[in-house]
Amino acid sequence: MKLLADRRRHPMALVVLLLVALLLTGGAYALFTQTSSAQAETASASDVEEGKKLFAANCATCHGLSGEGSKAGPGLIGVGAAAVDFQVGTGRMPLQANGPQARTKEPQFDEEQTAQLAAYVASLGPGPAVPEEENLDASKGDPAAGGGLFRTNCAMCHNVVGAGGALTRGKYAPNLSDVSEKHLYEAMQTGPQNMPIFNDANLTPDDKRDVIAYVKEVSETPSPGGFKLGSLGPVAEGLFIWFFGLSAVIGLTVWLSSRAK
Amino acid sequence: MSTTQPTTTIGKAANFAETRVGASVLVREFGRKIFPSHWSFMLGEVALYSFVIVILSGTFLTFFFTPAMGEMHYEGPWAPLRGVEISEAYNSTLAISFEIRGGLFIRQMHHWGALLFVAALSIHMLRVFFTGAFRRPRELNWIVGVLLVIMGMAAGFTGYSLPDDLLSGNGLRIIDGIVKSLPLVGTYLSFFIFGGEFPGTDIVARLYSLHIMIVPALLIALIGIHLVFVVVHKHTQYPGAGNTEKNVVGEPVLPTFAAKGGGFFFLIFGLVALISALFTINPIWNYGPYDPSPVSAGTQPDWYIGWADGFLRIVPGWLEFYIAGWPISLNINSAVVVMGGVFGAMFIYPFFESWLLKDKREHHILDRPRNNPTRTAIGVAGIIFYCNMWAAASGDIIAVFFQMSLNDMIYIFRIVFFVGPIIGYMITKRMCIGLQRKDREIALHGRETANIIRLPHGEFLERHEALPPHKLWKLTAFESPSYTPAEPNAEGKITGLEKFRAKLSRFFFEDRVAPVTKQELEASHHDHDSVESNTHKKIGY
Amino acid sequence: MTSKDHFGGGSQLEELNGFTNPGLPEHKPRVADRDPKAAKVAERQVAAWFVLSMVGTIWFIVAYFLFTPGETMQSIRLHNTSIGLGAAVAMFSIGAGAVLWAKNLMSDHEGIDERHDIGGSEEDQAVALEILHQAKEESGIARRPLLRNTLIAALAIAPLPAVLVFRDLGPLPGDKMFNTLWGKGIRLIQDPGGIPSVESERPIKADDVTIGSAYHVLPSGIGDEENAEHPLEEKAKAAVLLMRIDPKELREDPDRKDWSHDGIVAYSKICTHVGCPVALYEHQTHHLLCPCHQSTFDVTEHCKVIFGPAKRPLPQLPISVDSEGYLVAQSDFPEPVGPTFWEINHP
Repeated sequence: MKLLADRRRHPMALVVLLLVALLLTGGAYALFTQTSSAQAETASASDVEEGKKLFAANCATCHGLSGEGSKAGPGLIGVGAAAVDFQVGTGRMPLQANGPQARTKEPQFDEEQTAQLAAYVASLGPGPAVPEEENLDASKGDPAAGGGLFRTNCAMCHNVVGAGGALTRGKYAPNLSDVSEKHLYEAMQTGPQNMPIFNDANLTPDDKRDVIAYVKEVSETPSPGGFKLGSLGPVAEGLFIWFFGLSAVIGLTVWLSSRAK
Repeated sequence: MSTTQPTTTIGKAANFAETRVGASVLVREFGRKIFPSHWSFMLGEVALYSFVIVILSGTFLTFFFTPAMGEMHYEGPWAPLRGVEISEAYNSTLAISFEIRGGLFIRQMHHWGALLFVAALSIHMLRVFFTGAFRRPRELNWIVGVLLVIMGMAAGFTGYSLPDDLLSGNGLRIIDGIVKSLPLVGTYLSFFIFGGEFPGTDIVARLYSLHIMIVPALLIALIGIHLVFVVVHKHTQYPGAGNTEKNVVGEPVLPTFAAKGGGFFFLIFGLVALISALFTINPIWNYGPYDPSPVSAGTQPDWYIGWADGFLRIVPGWLEFYIAGWPISLNINSAVVVMGGVFGAMFIYPFFESWLLKDKREHHILDRPRNNPTRTAIGVAGIIFYCNMWAAASGDIIAVFFQMSLNDMIYIFRIVFFVGPIIGYMITKRMCIGLQRKDREIALHGRETANIIRLPHGEFLERHEALPPHKLWKLTAFESPSYTPAEPNAEGKITGLEKFRAKLSRFFFEDRVAPVTKQELEASHHDHDSVESNTHKKIGY
Repeated sequence: MTSKDHFGGGSQLEELNGFTNPGLPEHKPRVADRDPKAAKVAERQVAAWFVLSMVGTIWFIVAYFLFTPGETMQSIRLHNTSIGLGAAVAMFSIGAGAVLWAKNLMSDHEGIDERHDIGGSEEDQAVALEILHQAKEESGIARRPLLRNTLIAALAIAPLPAVLVFRDLGPLPGDKMFNTLWGKGIRLIQDPGGIPSVESERPIKADDVTIGSAYHVLPSGIGDEENAEHPLEEKAKAAVLLMRIDPKELREDPDRKDWSHDGIVAYSKICTHVGCPVALYEHQTHHLLCPCHQSTFDVTEHCKVIFGPAKRPLPQLPISVDSEGYLVAQSDFPEPVGPTFWEINHP
């Protein structure tokens, strides 16, 4: 067991991080509004060729000139187009900075370039393709069945409504509320970062669509009780009653026991 | 009452009450009873009023809740559960939330009210501690207060577990694990509590009887005792001009305090209603039915159980060991030990302090926290000890939010567990002593007026203004607890315990700031005059 | 300072440290006391709050019927928020009005109560003592130790039946802590959430468990009432996580080598700390994390604890493959699952 494996993240950075995090969380919501759109269905030879150039320029340093991998990055032979579409399409790749895990950012490549990269990597070895539109339609899924699957397979990391959660040593399971249907599907299929892979035998394409339907249902439906407080559960509720509730109460007691002018 | 017939409305009503229950004695006794007015004296009322809100809303909920664990299929408006097999308890809680008009509002009032209840209990208790209001003759009422906190936690926990959703079920599973870890009896106890193996089909009904009968009955009884004691002891008051150990200065119950206190109930009710109207609490529909296989990230108890859960997170695994194969699971049941220790310390503190100081007198005038640096420092150390465990319970959420490593968080919590209270004690004590020194300066040399005067020979001086008597009184009228050396007992012997007490007393009270005395003040004034004539530097004094 | 051993009465704060209590400061009249106009304004202000409260109450009643919860979350939210705000306004306004009334219009002269000794007068105490002595004499409790002692003994054991009647709260543990539904040849099926019926079981082929996969697994037959009378209790013990790791990365004990199948390993999901489902599987680090108390287990080394409050490794379910290629258990767990309990090593 290595003590403080991640020294870079010094505990004293907490106060600074508080401020930064407060600023960033606001900005992050504005950034993650990308929507999925139809993907070019077939990859032409020229796509593969273009993709190869992009790969050599942007990815090869870590993943090897022909995707064989290196110490800095895993091999990509057989990961399929879905993995590329997810990693590049969410901005996780190319990696912005070393850290416990890749973070999302504004994608560096447009959809065409992403498709070209995907076509090239897919050409390296057979792997999962970018999902069919048919499997992404949340309205055709069963959110109740998806809920059962989500709670069993996903909620322990991502929280029951996909609010996210912590993993070991600085890794984390991200919030799912703004993730597109396509990226949700690809994540299940390819197991990005430390997420396990849910292949079609484990969660069939229909199961995955049900899961997507559930995630969309719970993140898009307004909470009947009022503001959600981040859906983080009792911790957020406890903080709220201490900071808002008790401040209001103390304000009232001070007003009540002060003398009138 | 007089035999003449009353004519006014109030007179008639009073006559009715008098001839049935002898109300005049009550009104005479309590009608003009004096309550001191200070915002911090209202915190206990917040607890009382939120308890009333919880009782009222809880009664409503009992009419619709089904405390049973039979399985059925959900058919309500919440799509992500439609057709899913759930228990009757969960189904009825969903029905209260979605189908009973006002049900969700009252459920949220019940839960927010409960969170506020325990929070208000806590800060009320802190106020009592830091001002020394627990001292003789109020030690027993302090104990009643600690019992109220324990019962408040019990009420909260039994309620948290009733909806039979995934969150509450995992909470119960943790309780089951803690119970099973108890030496010798654990396994049997677990089977008795759950009516067999976990989760069984009995636990919701059993917790329900505790939650709606036993625990509230005990709470009401304890609150009754608490209030009777308040009446018997009369309220404490802060040091101030006119306030003595022999009187209570404040507002009479009728009409002023009754209007304020009664109005305050409505204010608190309104506040809880506002929060419940606008903010979701415990969205049970999100969690799904209890199932032993899934769990949600961020599975936490309500805040008041958090410290125990946090302790379970920071305790290292090597604390479990085996003696001839029999396990001693201190990595689990030390949580019970720590909780017992914290409450035990709270129970004995009033007696400990009185023993340590050899102070058996009654105290009705409160301490300003700075004027008892040791107690204040002990209190802050306790708060840090508690809050560290409390924060540890949300270590995973803090880690994600601040992009820190979960593991590093736990190492930090482990260190703070031991070091935090000690540092907190030292810093607080020094801060109190510093504040006392400041008070001393002000009392001795008066208020800085920011008026700079220039003496004929060119020296600059800031004019200090003597304090008005009531301000001076506030700064000087206190006793500073001091080291009491070992004294022989009636037989003329100094016992070992007495020596120990003296040692502790020296440790806690050797560093102190004595209050300003009249002689000192007069001496200082004399000094001032001579100093000023002697052209001594006084600027910025 | 007065003597510290002085009982009762407390220190007299009339004089302390040489200073004399200056007494209550002079009472300052409020604006409303001096100016009848201000008093009238204050009065109207209070009345306005009370009127606002009525508005809130009426709003609650109207909203109760106007915005019924309906079938959608939006309509339920509208119902909740609108009646809630009505109640909040109705109650808060009464309070605000009452407090303003008390603050601005009721007398704000300080009242003073004298404190009296809590104990009764000396006469009271003497009489009380006398009564107790008399009771002692008349009952003869001091003179008749036989009565006293037998009564104490009787009272001491009398609560035992009250404890005993709770015996039937639950059955004795028996061997339940040591057995699960798993056994030789029982197929591993997927956990769909809840209890799967026998017809809907999805057994798992070894070939389908690719490297990096994690399957949440139950024993086949858990939905069969004859097999599992209390399926949730069985699930609470039998839940398993199935993972496939590159066999090169597995560091297995020689005597447990045949418990896995070609890199596929199965471990109990129930944490050995306090029983939360340990299911956060990181497929690159091969760590399993418990979301409740952060115990971390290393799957490559038989799930030994590498961080956190758990002590024992997660029990491993020995598995193999049947003739049709489906994964099956070789036996039950070789050790009890879940939190440590007293009899754990003494079945």
